[in-house]
Amino acid sequence: MFSSLKVRISQGRQYIVDLRKASPAGFRGLPVIRATACEAGCTACLPVCPTGAIALDPVRIDLGRCTFCRECELACPVNKIGFTNGFKMASDTREGLVVREGAGEPSPVKVSQGLKQLFGRSLKLRSVSSGGCNGCELELNAASNVNFDMSRYGIDFVASPRHADAVVISGPLTKHMHEALERAWLGLPDPKFVISFGACAISGGLYADSPELDRGFLGRFTPSLYVPGCPPHPLTFIVGLMDLLGIQG
Amino acid sequence: MSALVVDPAEHTCRKEAFFERLRAQLSEGARLVGYYGRPADDSGQVVITAVLSANGKLSVLRTGLSRPHSHRALSAELPAFQIFERELHEQYGLRLHEHPWLKPVRSDAPYPFYSLKGKEVHEVAVGPIHAGVIEPGHFRFMCLGEVVHHLEIQLGYQHRGVEALLLKKDPRALGPLVETIAGDTSVAHAWAYCEALEALAGVTTSFEAQVSRAIGLELERIAMHLASLAGMATDIAFLQGGTTYGRLRTTAINSSMLACGSRFGRGWVRPGGAWAKLESGQQATLRANLKLLKDDLAIINPHLLGARSVQHRLKGIGRVTREQAIELGIVGVAARASGIEVDARADLPGPVHLRYGIRGVIENSGDCWARAVVRIREIDESLRWLEEVLDAFPTCSPDAARVGALKPDTLAVAVCEGWRGEVVHCLETDAAGGLRHYKVQDPSLRNWFALALSLRENEISDFPICNKSFDLSYCGNDL
Repeated sequence: MFSSLKVRISQGRQYIVDLRKASPAGFRGLPVIRATACEAGCTACLPVCPTGAIALDPVRIDLGRCTFCRECELACPVNKIGFTNGFKMASDTREGLVVREGAGEPSPVKVSQGLKQLFGRSLKLRSVSSGGCNGCELELNAASNVNFDMSRYGIDFVASPRHADAVVISGPLTKHMHEALERAWLGLPDPKFVISFGACAISGGLYADSPELDRGFLGRFTPSLYVPGCPPHPLTFIVGLMDLLGIQG
Repeated sequence: MSALVVDPAEHTCRKEAFFERLRAQLSEGARLVGYYGRPADDSGQVVITAVLSANGKLSVLRTGLSRPHSHRALSAELPAFQIFERELHEQYGLRLHEHPWLKPVRSDAPYPFYSLKGKEVHEVAVGPIHAGVIEPGHFRFMCLGEVVHHLEIQLGYQHRGVEALLLKKDPRALGPLVETIAGDTSVAHAWAYCEALEALAGVTTSFEAQVSRAIGLELERIAMHLASLAGMATDIAFLQGGTTYGRLRTTAINSSMLACGSRFGRGWVRPGGAWAKLESGQQATLRANLKLLKDDLAIINPHLLGARSVQHRLKGIGRVTREQAIELGIVGVAARASGIEVDARADLPGPVHLRYGIRGVIENSGDCWARAVVRIREIDESLRWLEEVLDAFPTCSPDAARVGALKPDTLAVAVCEGWRGEVVHCLETDAAGGLRHYKVQDPSLRNWFALALSLRENEISDFPICNKSFDLSYCGNDL
């Protein structure tokens, strides 16, 4: 009893009061592309990017592929590319993940009136890891821990697909998980939607060139939310969902 | 952390001599670290490499076998070879007589499950998708009533073709990919990769860079041990343990993020050095975080271990005996919980661990309790070690050395003690200095069978706690 109280006192208050205002110290998140002109003919950032996330003229970074590894920042001779600790990177469209020069923060996720009406007060999620390295899976678990406490907004992970409203896919979608993913999806009752979590799920990420993948599922079902990162920060996920569902917080 | 670099031709012998020497060295007390194949120049051949550890030194033995080769499986008398021979059978079609169970390691080729016959027997199939947010794998329990007679584990769902992808890029640019082989032990895999690569390039990294890597490795160990303890506490409904270890893990991974930008230590270790920055400002926060961990663990640890309910749920559950652990060649936390002193930081130390030693932790009961206690004691030791090293390095932001051309026709083997156990990377170059072969070995590969053994004669309801007490990697096995 006494030791239980000591634990309770040491625990204190852990939850982040306003997730949208959080500022994760040191986090390598949202890249910035500065106005500095590239050296003529320079392509130093292209070959060092492990996922082909960068395009030139003008410089663009596709967060759907980016692993936030910093190779481009270090390779650039004119310091054009940098990373901030911004975590608001989720998007409701694939195109919305592309960061451009001088654009500042990407446009926030648009509230989906349809999803807000259906799931704005209660959203149950089924996670399917399909080749995920446990980075994404740990961050999805962390979304429910005492710090981020996603449940306060009525958003929870559930065990059975039958109880779920959306499937959260992590990993690059392996051939060997293809059938299990299809069957889990069939188990979700309508209405339902898909969330792509992490660079692997969004684009294949570091595994895009592997012959061991079958990404057909995402060819047939377009995600309603893309959550970039390798792995994404729990804040990117929860705030993206809150924006999508019009949750004020 | 230790690396061996050799001309493999000097360690190659005919198959008769190879098997003879291998058996002799093992019977003289050498420990099997790895055993793998690679394609030979002649497509009718496969090259087999055994990696051994004895008296603080790594060594390799190699031979070539014609395909399809038939010989009596080493596993028939030396069970530690079972998973390696299954892999060789799957990848190179070796015909291994008397191997008890040539179940595929990663392929989805059909292979019959064991079945149990009798009046009161039943089977329970779980997965690949499980109830929680967790990687996929299939478990088949063969039960007599509530008691598990045998657990059969079928993996491979996470197979992404890692080893093939590792050969498609510049060998010096594999950091991001290596960090996702098993993404919860990124620092250990990245360090093993860099150590082997640097050995091939003849590059010596600065002592400061090695210190930085070792700091990242211990932060990763603390964070993931806390994650395992949080999971174990949750699995037995000891909720204060779950929430407290969970938030302390946040403190640990946010410390990694402060130094390298990632909660998973991504980008901490890179060829030639380390990118993490520990200037005085970051060190002040890091030290405050470590103090908080130390203080609050001193409150939650006795609360957990002193609770009757916890003792009742962990003691005597999921036992792996010392004899079983030695026979199977299991490694890491699971081995140390069964009384085996195996820890690469102590057995195969690099310069950092030679100067700043880590005290090994051993428990003897081999059950879920022992695996929890090993983690608790290892966190304490890592905290002590970090304090010592941070005192010696008030700043630690090393420059990276340039990694140039790789020596041709050379094999480098690196072993790094990650939080689960030894991570082994074997890189071999061809005549032009390009990568000819890359073998990755996550500790999970060898330990999954120990989980199966631990379940025998336990109740099926004890499976979640047993599974969490091992906390093995699916993708690290499936590659």
